[in-house]
Amino acid sequence: MIEAAALTKLYGKARVVDEASLTLASPGVTAIIGPNGAGKSTLLSMIARLLPIDGGRALIDGLDVTRTRGDELAKRISILKQENGLMARLTARDLIGFGRFPHSKGRLTPTDYEKIEEALTFLDLLPFADRFLDEMSGGQRQRAFVAMVLAQDTRAILLDEPLNNLDMRHAVAMMRLMRRAADELGKIVVVVLHDINFACAYADRIIAMQGGRIVVDGPVEEVVSEETIEAVFGLPVMVRDVEGQRTCLFRA
Amino acid sequence: MVERHHAGESPTAALPREPAARAAPEPDRPVARDGHPGSPSRRNGQKLLSLGLLTLAVLFVISLFVGVGDLSVRTLLAGTWDAETMRLMLVSRIPRSAAAVLAGASLAVAGLLMQMLSSNRFVEPSTVGTTEAAALGMVVITIFAPDASILAKMLFAASFALLGTLLFLVLIRRLRSKSSLLVPLVGLILAGIIESTAYFVAYRNDLLQSLGAWSRGDFSMILQGRYELLWIGLALAAIALFAADRFTLAGLGRDISVTLGIAYERIVALGLVIVSLIAALTVVTVGEIPFVGLVVPNLVTMAMGDNGRRIVPVVAICGAGLVLACDIIGRLVRFPYEISVGAIMGVAGSLLFLILLSRGRPARG
Repeated sequence: MIEAAALTKLYGKARVVDEASLTLASPGVTAIIGPNGAGKSTLLSMIARLLPIDGGRALIDGLDVTRTRGDELAKRISILKQENGLMARLTARDLIGFGRFPHSKGRLTPTDYEKIEEALTFLDLLPFADRFLDEMSGGQRQRAFVAMVLAQDTRAILLDEPLNNLDMRHAVAMMRLMRRAADELGKIVVVVLHDINFACAYADRIIAMQGGRIVVDGPVEEVVSEETIEAVFGLPVMVRDVEGQRTCLFRA
Repeated sequence: MVERHHAGESPTAALPREPAARAAPEPDRPVARDGHPGSPSRRNGQKLLSLGLLTLAVLFVISLFVGVGDLSVRTLLAGTWDAETMRLMLVSRIPRSAAAVLAGASLAVAGLLMQMLSSNRFVEPSTVGTTEAAALGMVVITIFAPDASILAKMLFAASFALLGTLLFLVLIRRLRSKSSLLVPLVGLILAGIIESTAYFVAYRNDLLQSLGAWSRGDFSMILQGRYELLWIGLALAAIALFAADRFTLAGLGRDISVTLGIAYERIVALGLVIVSLIAALTVVTVGEIPFVGLVVPNLVTMAMGDNGRRIVPVVAICGAGLVLACDIIGRLVRFPYEISVGAIMGVAGSLLFLILLSRGRPARG
């Protein structure tokens, strides 16, 4: 369960995130959309205790993120940011093994090895399991980091633009995976997405942000309308249902 | 180039305080529970580790029999091994070889930690100001408390080293540009500033000669009773191995560390203390030895990756071997004179580093 109440982040006088409130209690996929600089990543980072909070508070399973021990929170929430692994000459298997750190503290048990194999299989990484990350393609590397997050096995999973570096096939596979994580494993998945159509196709709920504020929050059909998207992105768009799939196109 | 007779083997050499000589240090064993048994990096690791150990042992034996004094394998075979030869072995040759092993191992591990803490492969304690700050600390304590014990002086120098390194980390965290080459450059500039300060203070207080000894690595003055502080370095390297998982995660960056529940700031602090103590220990006992901390971790991570638990022992052994080899070369090149290990390492290290760069080793990734 994720609860954010009037979360605020200031950079100087700029309110990068401005009193954002949201509650995510049940399993599902929630997409956060919005133009660049809307505060999407900053909001996720505050919820996941990566950035200090300047106002309001964030609770994970009722625990205040600023006051709870890091290793306790690490069993409940995980986050994957866009830039990862400055010194990452690790094999995919090693990296995913580090995802088990909150549970094993480095002493991997048979359960941990199982979870690692599961994550490798889930993300189609078995052929590259023993390859170094810096010798992989951008897509494989990205999947390895997502596999690490899955191996961490927390109920709440936050992903900041996980589709970066992925071609269409792998992007679709990644979103299906998010869907399965929510439906089969009961995860609360929150993803920042740039492509509204991926949000339409795979999310249960969409949160749109603009200028640091949450402007709309609701099911796909409610959020993705021409008026709302035009207001959020400041761009004329067409919204159509194509074979039952809500679709948003920019007007050339 | 420094030319100096082998001080430890002159007849007037100080008598040892401790009678028992110690054997070569037992290197840390790799942790067996870690990793997938069949993974290539693991197999590589075990091969490299045993190869490294063997080479180190051979180098150690060679080092015991290289020097001006009348002590060679021939004396051993000819049976002219007497009390004097034994004394030479215990007072000079074994301590000198052990000092090279200890200094090399701990400096290489310090370099690896420094790289993990700054998430950049092109830094080491002597290029970011740590070592220079330790030398400045020695100058300052020598001015204010010349009679302090060597341990107290070392700890004082370590606190300076800690401040210098902290300053470096604060500077690079504030860098807006994420350019990975800017990080080592900032380090070099900071190191230069601290070094000039040390020289200025030393010059004003007539301590240039002492500062010279601290900033130029040299094993020729090592005798029993004058190097034992370096054993602390090995203990510090063992702590680094113990916390290797956390240091590896720190190398992956703050975000990943925090997500996985690591107290990132605390592990950085631990790393800083280890690096600063190692820098101060070596400055006090043998003087600065450049490039070990840069070249060894880079070569090892190229071959085996960044998983600290696997590479810390290998880095330590390779560092020990490299410094010992450079010291042996320094003793042989102009026999019976010596060239200091700092000078030899400067040449060997910069060559190795140039090769690394030309092979396109990125500062990150």
